[in-house]
Order: sequence, then C-alpha cells, then structure tokens
Amino acid sequence: MADEKKSDLSALSQQRALALLGQMLLIRRFEEKAAELYSLGKIHGFLHLYIGEEAVAVGAMQALSSDDEIVSTYREHGHAIARGSTPASVMAEMYGKANGLSRGRGGSMHLFDVGRRFYGGNAIVAGGLPVAVGLALANKLQGRKRVTACFFGDGAVDEGEFHESLNMAALWKLPVLFLCENNLYAMGTGLERHQSQTDIQAKSRAYSMNGEAVDGMDVLAVEAAVTRAIETIRGGAGPFLLEARTYRYRAHSMYDPELYRDKSEVEQWKKRCPIETFAAKLRKAGLLADDDWKELQSSVAAQIAQAIAAAEAGPWEPVEDLLKDVHTPATKSAQSNSAADAPDEPIANQAQPSPLVKR
Amino acid sequence: MTASMTYREAVRSGLREALRKDERVFLMGEDVGRYGGAFACSHGLLKEFGPERIRDTPLSESTFVGAGIGAALGGMRPIVEVMTINFSLLALDQIVNNAATLRHMSGGQVSVPLVVRMATGAGRQLAAQHSHSFEAWYAHIPGLTVLAPATNQDARGMLLAALDEPDPVIIFEHTMLYPQPGEVDQEAPTADIRRAAVRREGTDLTLITYSGSLVKALAAAEELARLGIESEVIDLRVLRPLDTETVLASVSKTHRAVIVDEGWRSGSLAAELSARIMEQAFYELDAPVARVCSAEVPIPYSKHMEDAALPQVSTIVQVGRELCAKNE
Repeated sequence: MADEKKSDLSALSQQRALALLGQMLLIRRFEEKAAELYSLGKIHGFLHLYIGEEAVAVGAMQALSSDDEIVSTYREHGHAIARGSTPASVMAEMYGKANGLSRGRGGSMHLFDVGRRFYGGNAIVAGGLPVAVGLALANKLQGRKRVTACFFGDGAVDEGEFHESLNMAALWKLPVLFLCENNLYAMGTGLERHQSQTDIQAKSRAYSMNGEAVDGMDVLAVEAAVTRAIETIRGGAGPFLLEARTYRYRAHSMYDPELYRDKSEVEQWKKRCPIETFAAKLRKAGLLADDDWKELQSSVAAQIAQAIAAAEAGPWEPVEDLLKDVHTPATKSAQSNSAADAPDEPIANQAQPSPLVKR
Repeated sequence: MTASMTYREAVRSGLREALRKDERVFLMGEDVGRYGGAFACSHGLLKEFGPERIRDTPLSESTFVGAGIGAALGGMRPIVEVMTINFSLLALDQIVNNAATLRHMSGGQVSVPLVVRMATGAGRQLAAQHSHSFEAWYAHIPGLTVLAPATNQDARGMLLAALDEPDPVIIFEHTMLYPQPGEVDQEAPTADIRRAAVRREGTDLTLITYSGSLVKALAAAEELARLGIESEVIDLRVLRPLDTETVLASVSKTHRAVIVDEGWRSGSLAAELSARIMEQAFYELDAPVARVCSAEVPIPYSKHMEDAALPQVSTIVQVGRELCAKNE
C-alpha cells in the first residue's frame, strides 16, 4: 500500500487540493449526466461508467507529464477528461457528432486524443497492453524519455496478452506503467471467481518486475504511488505493475440487474467514495470552505452545460465520408504519426492552472 | 543490376535494403535473430544490424504483433515476422481489432504503418497446423493491404513498397517458394502493389491465381498449349484490394475463367473473384467460372494425401479442357 507520509495533506496547497477535487467532481457529474442522456436517447451503444473510480484517473494523471503516453480501456471517460480532453469533445463523441474526439466514429468506448498522446479507449479486454509495449519500444529505440501508461481492469489480467505484455516489457526493460484498476469485477464475475491469485500486483514478481498496490479510492495515495512508479521507470528499472484497488458503483454498462453482487457491498464501498472522503479531509484541514465547494459545484455544472450544448450543436459527419480514413489519404506523408513526432507541448491535464480555481 | 537468387534471398535482399535506408525500420519476430529466421529469410542480418533492429521475441504472437502496432504509432517502421500463417491466428485480434481499425475508429488521428510477413501454404508435409491458406480471411478486412508475391522480384520489391505505405500491410510468402531460383533486379524501383500481373498471354482461357499456385498455373498453361488451348495467366499479387480491372479485361478477351486458389473453396478468394466476374462480366462468359481449390479438409501429413488435398497441375489442365470443350 502507498506510503501514508507521502499521501497526507501537509504538502498540499489549497489550489492543488481544489483542482484535484474539482477534476474528480467533474468526472462524476459528467458521467451522471451522461447516464441521464443515455436514458433520454441522446447517447447510444454501451456506456461504461467510471463512477467510484475517479481517484485513479485523476491521481495518476498528475504524475504523468504531457510528454508521456496513455493507452486506455472502454471505461475511459475519466481518463480522457483527467488527461485534459475537453468535456465537450468527450460528450460530442458520445452523441456521435463530428466534433467528438473521434469524429463520432468511436463513441464512448473509443475516445482518441492523440494530440494529448491519448491512444484510445480499447474495447478488447487487454487489447491495449501490447500496443503500450510497442509505444514504449518505439520510445526506447528512439531514445525518448517518455513513459507509456497503460490502464486496464482486473478482467484483463485473465487474458494471455496481460502475461505476454508484462513478460516482454520486463524482458526488454521498457518504460511502461501497467496500471490495473482492480474494481473487483470482470463484468459480472468477481475477482475470486476469475483469478487463482487475487493479489494482482504479486504477479509482477513472476516477471521480475516492480509491483505494488495502492488504495484506489484515495487520490493522493494514487498520485504518490504513480509518481514513485514513474520515477523507477524513468530511472531505467523497466516496467512497473501498479494495482489500484477501487470499486465501480454503477452497473458494468448502463444497465444490468447486478445479480452478481450484494447491494450491501456497494453501500460499504460508497462509504469510501473518493470524492466525499477527500472533501471531508480537505474540510478538516481547512482547505475547503463551504464557498469553495459551492464554487466547484457551479463551475462543474457550467462546464457540463457547455459540453452538452456543444454536443447538441455539433454536426453529424456527412455520410459521404463513411469510407474516409479506412486508409490514410495519399496526400498524407507515409512518415507521419504527427503526435508521436510532434515537439512537446503543454497540455491541460496538470492540476495547477485549473479553471475551477479562482483564487 | 540483375542477380540470381532464391525467393528467400530476395526477401532478405529487401529486408537488408529497408534496414539500410531507414533507421526506423526494424525486424521483430520469433527466431529472426540468432536462428536466422525459421525459413532463413533473415540469416546474417543480426550480425549486420544488431539485436535492437533484428529483434528475437518471446513466443507471444499477439503481443509482438500488437507491439509492432504500438511501435508504428510511435514513429517506427516495424516489420513483424510471424512464423506461419497458422500461428498468425493468435495475433488476429491485434491485426483486425487494432491495426486495421485504429485509423478509421479514431476519426483519422493515427496511421499504423506496420508490415507483417508470414509464411503460408502447404506442400512440405507439415500437416494441419502449419499448412493452411487463410489469405482470404485477411483479404476480408477493410484497412489492410494484403500482398502475395509469387516471383522473386516481387518478394523483394513488394516488401519495399509495403514499407512506403502509411497503413498496415500483410505479406504472405508461400513456403514452397522459398527455394525458388530466379533473377532479381536489385536496382529496380519498388514493386507496384496495386495491380495484378499478366504472367502469360493467351486467348482461349484465363487462369487466375496467386502465391504458390502461380507455378502450377503456368505449368498447366504450357500443357494446355500443347493441347491447343492458349491460356492467359493472371498473378493477382495483391489480394486486397483486388485488381478486378485486370481480371475483367482478360475474361472479356478469353471468355472463360478458371480460378486456382490454395484456400478452401467455401468463402474463398476464388468465391469473391467468381462473384465479381459474374457481377461485372456475366455476358462476356462462354462458360461458367470454374474453381480449383483445396479439398475441404485439414491438410494431412502423408505426401499422397497432401497432394490429393491441394490444387495440382493435372486438375487445372483437366478443368481447363472441360471448360473449353463446353459451348465450343
């Protein structure tokens, strides 16, 4: 578990504290609204909500630089927003509009924001791990200092690609952070019903890799653990398996009867809500006044209203473009993966300059 | 300058040139390094280019192909060798769900300039887990370019052309072709990877084929010629996108077509070609399109049984004769 000393509040400025809280709140409210919009028929397909797990994305992104790369899953709205993708571009994607992150072609499960080195939501469980290994290999071969952070769930640990990827990354000492969001369920199958060894981080030892578990309900603990992991990776120690122990409050996708778990279990975990517990800590430390909280709420509400407006107003991709980008247009240089080659540019994922914080 | 070399050496010549001219290119796969490649295509390259660029991988097809995709996203130009087409099924998820899909699904944000090479086909008594021809499955997938070089010149030139593509390319090398002798112009520009090639001109019958079956079709054409039937032989070369135009032009001239395909008949490339000829040249035909495909069995080990399962010159000749005897 994370080093408590590094995850306490003593070193935290109020500005950063409110930014972390604000990001988690934004993701929470954004997804609550998305669920409503799904029921209203504005969003279709699958909609996998991250509610309950926000501390992992927000904590982890603080420790990653704009230069680092991210590979994500189909439960990735929180990852994208924490990385700095605008709520409007995420919402528009869920609406299927052309101003969405992936031009409305991917939907909820396939948010790509390559300008922020966000290499997509992958909806094949564990399908992103080999890609992360390859991105890291490219970084190593080209002498770049980037780390590739690969998010996946506990279900991915069942897949061969998890084991193959850990082995290959460790064998070649590649700069990959394997970040397992263990929410205790592979869809509806509980961890103890799909893994012989439920201590997921322990599997790192089988591949001579550093590994650790962290309380995924504690944003500061996650940030501290990811920071340490990234330091060891950048120091040349090879990949790192970090298991964030967390919980999903909602159904696997929008609706399921939740036959696979007790309501009491969900209620127990809700007592550890990453937003409420963090807010309580901040109040106790004098870092969150009632006015601050109100201000965060209204700022988040305004951002979500703006996101919905942008999604509503966004255009549909013309049907004539259906076949566009099955292949790269001939005019595009064969060399280009522009984001991979682009000079580093700052992105909006770092907590400091947050529009949520005015003082 | 033209040099005599086997197909295997032609592949190696292409690999060497690609590695020399572009430092982003690297070769990765099972036993490509110290072992020299399961079919010796990369023999000697480790010494010349070192272990970073001639990279032996664990036996993890899905992950080393996926890593090729990631490396391509990261600005490299990986060539991934999968030992045989049967093993490539372990990597099908990465090829279909990622390599072929990422560009369109991301709204055009990324390209995946990945080249995957693999050995295909039967004839070496390797039985039912090393001998199949799944080219049609790959040719089914939008987003992929699928190549099947049948000549030594193409083995070299199509590899180099594939590396100029911004999107994923799958190259099938038939195992029976590796020792094939031939002449290769090593200064020729990269091969065309859009068009089929007419390998023999004829007026009475079109034999349409690709990969390891080309030599059989050409041999059959010689035999048919002795019987007074002049066959035009089309080497498809590119299995996706299919060069329908070249096929239709030939069929419109000969009015008869036999498709020779080492894949199984059901759901085959032969089926697709037959449908296109029917759709677009129905009234040019003097006889129904005929197909010579592999028998619908897992390819067996015994030589006589393996031979019986595969398209053979004698079968092609027989089908060609029958077709020309109809509606004279």
